[in-house]
Amino acid sequence: MTTSQRLREDGNTPGNRGKGHKTGWWARNERLLVPYIFISPNIIIFAAFMLFPILFAFYMSFHEWSLIGVPQFNGLDNYVRMVHDELFWQSLGHTVVFTAGTVPTSIALGLAAAMLLNRELPARGLLRSVIFLPVIVSGVVTALVAAWIFNDNYGVINSLLKAAGLEPILWLSSPTWAMPSIIITTLWIRIGFCMVVYLAGLQGIPSEYYDAAQVDGASGWRQFRHITWPLLAPTTFLLLVINVIFSFHVFDLIYVMTGGGPGFSTTVLVQYIYESAFASREMGYASAMGIVLYLLIVVLTVFQWRVSRQGGEGV
Amino acid sequence: MARSTPFDWLPKSRRKMNTRDVVSWLLLVAFAAVLFFPIYWMFVTAVRPKDALFNGEFDLWPSQLMWSNFAEGWNRLPFGQFYINSFAIAIIAVIVTVFINLLCGYTFAKYKFPGRNIIFLLLISTLMIPIQVIMVPEFLLITKLGWVNTYWGVIAPRAAEAFGIFMVRQFMLAIPDELIEAGRLDGAGEFAIFWKIVLPLSWPVIAVLTIFTFMWRWNDFVWPLVALQQQDAFTVPLGLNLLKGQYYTEWTSIMGMGLVSIIPMLIVFIFFQRYFIQGIANTGLK
Repeated sequence: MTTSQRLREDGNTPGNRGKGHKTGWWARNERLLVPYIFISPNIIIFAAFMLFPILFAFYMSFHEWSLIGVPQFNGLDNYVRMVHDELFWQSLGHTVVFTAGTVPTSIALGLAAAMLLNRELPARGLLRSVIFLPVIVSGVVTALVAAWIFNDNYGVINSLLKAAGLEPILWLSSPTWAMPSIIITTLWIRIGFCMVVYLAGLQGIPSEYYDAAQVDGASGWRQFRHITWPLLAPTTFLLLVINVIFSFHVFDLIYVMTGGGPGFSTTVLVQYIYESAFASREMGYASAMGIVLYLLIVVLTVFQWRVSRQGGEGV
Repeated sequence: MARSTPFDWLPKSRRKMNTRDVVSWLLLVAFAAVLFFPIYWMFVTAVRPKDALFNGEFDLWPSQLMWSNFAEGWNRLPFGQFYINSFAIAIIAVIVTVFINLLCGYTFAKYKFPGRNIIFLLLISTLMIPIQVIMVPEFLLITKLGWVNTYWGVIAPRAAEAFGIFMVRQFMLAIPDELIEAGRLDGAGEFAIFWKIVLPLSWPVIAVLTIFTFMWRWNDFVWPLVALQQQDAFTVPLGLNLLKGQYYTEWTSIMGMGLVSIIPMLIVFIFFQRYFIQGIANTGLK
């Protein structure tokens, strides 16, 4: 498509410019340049604070640098080191466990809450607000209240366990229980979010479908299985992609709640990268791990997209 | 006229609730109660006498309300300064982000120009970048610009929210092209069309974007943690993290200050709830 065709399509042919008829270079080029001018503030910020940093990180991943002096080229050394670095694999493992523990559960519970709320019930609006409320609470405050509730000695959960005559659990100081505590806390923030997205999806399903199913005598479960679930597939897919990205990015919550401990037991990859950069000052190594993590997220997202396409439920 | 009953606040159901409705309702109430508990527990802890936390006894409601706990927590660190910083950052960020994202989202929705789709895709794909990957070069950049410990150092790198652009674009697609064309026929400049014709129609998306940008900046932690190194430049979340680091057994203060820090968001939420839910529902974003 040529420029003149495009201008004509937009209705800006010389004949219909109306009373604001202008001549000169600007008038001739205005329609071509305006879009670029309008997006330029965003583009400049993205170029400076996203594009340049990611390219810089890529460059740095082939170097050794401690913020002082000149970066030394070291080829693939950082990537080779990663393969042999026990801590890299452990933190990647924790990221995977965290993602596996949070994504399906928050989506399932969000769907359950949305299904229950999607009918006429007393105080429906209030219930929805209360379930949604944790979404607005910051990661730091969530981590603080969770650290207190799960506190080994004085936390309310252990007090309740003791009151019920059970053994208290060392939630945050045992490597076994720290990650489950973090996962439970994450559900607190995520369920309301998933619920609201599902409620919007449910409202898009025409009620005639259910009326027809009722006439055919289909049970509640079969209605869910054959109407609700397939029609919600685009919503589920969207939630899957977003929740996986959120989970791979998780930082505040773990950093404040356990600091990655006890020991190394809850350190996820982003925190290991953060510490390699800002505590150990190994910019090259941190960058290499960052690039690997980024590629991992891209591959996962593309993979999910492909799978959802193959299922015939195009989004 | 119907007599008022104590249950008038309940929505009047046209049909009676059947057993399944009652079970669903009870499940939901239990679920909501569990989810609300942490907020309630913050309050109970914050107002309890300090020694009552550790004396081994425990009850689910406070026997005594110690409002002075809040003043004590507030005075442990310069929270006044933290709140000034947080409000300044959030408000400036809202103005900048809302304006440039509206303009950008509008352009992607209503103009055809070479490279449009590829630029849009590139912008949206930045959502997948973990901030830890780009933090070091970003930090070097704001150091060069002299922006460490300044509001701009926190605001500028996050001013172009990709989510925001996406949200605005989705909304603006629904604005009829005829309105824009009519403006052009009247001889209005391109920016005047945006300012005088498009913006007045865009209040819903402006509200959603304002609320979300405020929430993102108010709750931000990791980037301010890097960009703000001096205590007097700290935002509220950094202050809370510091409070936990320095007074890690002072749970009354920590819970009290945590609770105070969610009040601005709570007010925004109560008044603009509908926009929150709309914003998430329309685009599936947090």
